[in-house]
Amino acid sequence: MTIQHKMIEARPAPKNTVGPLAWLRANLFSGPVNSVFTLLGFYLLYLLLVPTIEWAFIDADWIGTSRDDCSREGACWVFVNARIGQFIYGLYPRDEIWRVNLTFGVFAVLIAWLAIPRLPFKRWVALATLVVFPLLAFVLLYGGLFGLPLVQTHRWGGLMLTLVLAVVGMVGALPIGIVLALGRRSQMPIVKSFCVVFIEFWRGVPLITVLFMASVMLPLFLPTGVSVDRLIRAFIGITLFQSAYMAEVIRGGLQAIPRGQEEAAAALGMSYWLRMGLIVLPQALKMMIPGIVNTFISLFKDTTLVMIIGLFDLLGIVQAALSDSRWLGFSLEGYVFAAFMFWIFCFSMSRYSQYLERKLHTGHKR
Amino acid sequence: MRDNKNKWLLLTSAAALAVGTVSMASADTLDNTLERGTLQCGVSDGLPGFSAPNDQGEWQGLDVDVCRAVAAAVFGDSEAVRYISLNAVERFTALQSGEVDVLSRNTTWTTTRDTTLGLNFTGVTFYDGIGFMINKDLGVSSATELDGAAICVQSGTTTELNVADYFRANGMEFDPIVFDTSEQTVGGYEAGRCDVLTSDSSQLAALRIQLSDPDQSVILPEIISKEPLGPVVRQGDDKWFNIVKWSLFAMLNAEEMGITSENVDEMLESDNPDVARLLGRDGNYGEAMGLSADWAYNIIKQVGNYGESYDRNVGMDSPLQIERGINALWTEGGIQYAPPIR
Repeated sequence: MTIQHKMIEARPAPKNTVGPLAWLRANLFSGPVNSVFTLLGFYLLYLLLVPTIEWAFIDADWIGTSRDDCSREGACWVFVNARIGQFIYGLYPRDEIWRVNLTFGVFAVLIAWLAIPRLPFKRWVALATLVVFPLLAFVLLYGGLFGLPLVQTHRWGGLMLTLVLAVVGMVGALPIGIVLALGRRSQMPIVKSFCVVFIEFWRGVPLITVLFMASVMLPLFLPTGVSVDRLIRAFIGITLFQSAYMAEVIRGGLQAIPRGQEEAAAALGMSYWLRMGLIVLPQALKMMIPGIVNTFISLFKDTTLVMIIGLFDLLGIVQAALSDSRWLGFSLEGYVFAAFMFWIFCFSMSRYSQYLERKLHTGHKR
Repeated sequence: MRDNKNKWLLLTSAAALAVGTVSMASADTLDNTLERGTLQCGVSDGLPGFSAPNDQGEWQGLDVDVCRAVAAAVFGDSEAVRYISLNAVERFTALQSGEVDVLSRNTTWTTTRDTTLGLNFTGVTFYDGIGFMINKDLGVSSATELDGAAICVQSGTTTELNVADYFRANGMEFDPIVFDTSEQTVGGYEAGRCDVLTSDSSQLAALRIQLSDPDQSVILPEIISKEPLGPVVRQGDDKWFNIVKWSLFAMLNAEEMGITSENVDEMLESDNPDVARLLGRDGNYGEAMGLSADWAYNIIKQVGNYGESYDRNVGMDSPLQIERGINALWTEGGIQYAPPIR
């Protein structure tokens, strides 16, 4: 009997367990039943994908200026092409589009700065994003100051309006939501009951009703000659509505923090706001990321409801374009384009939240 | 108890008063509009041929031309319009609350709307009505031959009721196939779920274009209901009512006199007294409305006469190709008729 004192060298895995063939066998053809289902799945995929690709790419028409340039055998992307400016900027004056581009350019840089971990001055950039940027965006988009021509909000539309609504809704809803959530957990009866009533009221009505009331009923109750801009009405409606949802997401997160954390902070002599700001909220917000992003994504998609109050968001402007008598009958192309744009934004939000979760993961993940 | 009751009574009556006063909002629309510098015009959220933004983002259509005509009459500039797109439900509120000065949104003139909503219809821009579209191969040439047909119709519209009335009145049977949106209705017709598609005749043409083979379908000549579409203003401001009313009449009169946007400058020299009165060379008919003497000249020069607007937006020069039919002038077999300017 020999005793080996050395570890046996690691050997490569057997041939039939590595490589694509083995993967296929293990995952797709591990038995007769699975093999049949795999083949059936591939067949269904084939039935679905081939006509889709043929419609969207092979038979599609890309170049042209009018509906006569479309053969109508496949998709007519000429329609989307001719309208792309409108889909993105709405009815915004063509000469002033640089203002929209600049606004969203600055916004993208600020967000990227905050998102990329290596860059310095995070605190200042965050401050600029929250305080300076909204003012800058207002001046640039609305104008009327510093010699910029006024662009009234009824000319805003398309993707630009969708983004403005979503960003305002998110930026407004998060702080209000935090305050409401803290208020609901408070011991003070008036604060608590106000928050409970507020949250339950706004959660109890559909967003479409809120917008509808804001657009149909509100003007009747305002004094003569006073009219609130439709966009402002939509901002207020969406922000209040979403803050109620946000409050419940945040309350859920707060409840997951053990009571001992707050008590320990109190034992150190911290005030309520210090306890919340330094101990409880940082831990809670981290755990709430999936919930918050979920609310954001649904908010982003809910913005399409402003269509019913006559604002042309991305979907609204696509629908309006469909009713141009020169471009009748391309609804499928229009809706596919709108869906694709929405998917891009929602998917990137979702990816960013997953990245954030991994980055902030400090052992809470279960 | 009694006290409480009184308090509630007071509150509700105060609220009712508040609502009541609102309908009298902005008594002098002309002054407000002049001060603002733009006309606020309520249009649809997209209806082929009547109001829809084009590739350049400019609003176009028959309803839009009414807005432009009023702006041309008031400001001498047909571009001084702010278009506010309204859906079917909020359109009257927007007008009542003063959010728009004119509502030009394919609105059917009915007794209820004219008498109970505090609104006035200023005229008829388009005599619409329900029509039928049918596959050529069926060889049907009149709606009276449609007994037993399966008919695709959009739900929740007055079309559904009107079709039922028509078939009952003619002692015929039909099988309604109801869809939610116009796109689905077209899809159902194309898939052969029904033999006939019904809708307002103004929209049938737009639906027909969306078919994969438009030439295979024909629109039957019968119009089975009355749907006069026209601009609407608030009640209680007769000056403004007159302006909107006569803006449309000016377009109709111009067509009758043969004045177009192209020849309007030559027509200024015309000896015809009617033309001279319309274009403000003889007498000042604009003054009584609070407008300048060349109000009608501006409308015709910048927007065109009614026929031009019709052809450009829904008629033969547009993709919709709707025949003039009863929308032709009274002199040409239609019923479009405007009082004389005198």
